[in-house]
Amino acid sequence: MAEKTVRKLSLIASKGSLDMAYPPLILANAARMSGVEVNVFFTFWGLDIINKKKMDHLNVAMVGNPSMHPSFHIPTWLGAIPGMSAMGTWMMRKEIAKLDFPPVGEFVQLIQDAGAHLYGCKMSMDMMKLTKADLVDGAEVLGAMEFIEMSEGGQIIFV
Amino acid sequence: MANVLDSVKFDADGYMEDANAWTKEVAEAIAKREGITLNPRHWVVIDYARNEWKTKGEAPTLRNITKNTDVDTKELYSLFPGGPGKLAAKVAGLKKPTGCI
Repeated sequence: MAEKTVRKLSLIASKGSLDMAYPPLILANAARMSGVEVNVFFTFWGLDIINKKKMDHLNVAMVGNPSMHPSFHIPTWLGAIPGMSAMGTWMMRKEIAKLDFPPVGEFVQLIQDAGAHLYGCKMSMDMMKLTKADLVDGAEVLGAMEFIEMSEGGQIIFV
Repeated sequence: MANVLDSVKFDADGYMEDANAWTKEVAEAIAKREGITLNPRHWVVIDYARNEWKTKGEAPTLRNITKNTDVDTKELYSLFPGGPGKLAAKVAGLKKPTGCI
């Protein structure tokens, strides 16, 4: 009953808001728990998830976020009031903790401990003037083509 | 060759049908089938999972295991290579954990 072949999953994390940081992390972790090999490519705003200075300060956007209706609908104009984003972020962090999901920084460490490989997109990093030292320890810098090559034979999910 | 697993029923994915039919010998045999030789550190995880199942009725999540035992994530993966989420539950005679973490 041993595994026939090792499955492989590539995740592309392109969003850096608090709500969109979790799906790639949760999927990466779930795949590792099931013994699937995991590579995660962080590109554009997704780089914030593995940016040491930013990873624990991700926010939820209240304006232009059509899903912002936790128990009642929050109209866009209301979301523009100062403090609304901070409140939304605070509420979401609380809900995430209730489900026993760790904060982003700790979650990134968790999937690394679980054996997931993390890569920062070279082009996005050049654009944002970031270097490998800005990323969490263990994350590598990689070009998109190399990542696609690395993904050969596996499944790719874009978040 | 008579095997301790001959009388044990498994579902299609290799999880035990009846967690009550589990014994330590069954655990050793399932582990062996999965290519693992159990050592005392495996038993820390298995005993904790069995206890959680007794009180809560289902296998603990990996996060629950690493938070409440001295086995951390890295060790958990080295103890159960090929996916501790599946393997720890299998060896403990439980169903796949339903939690996502």
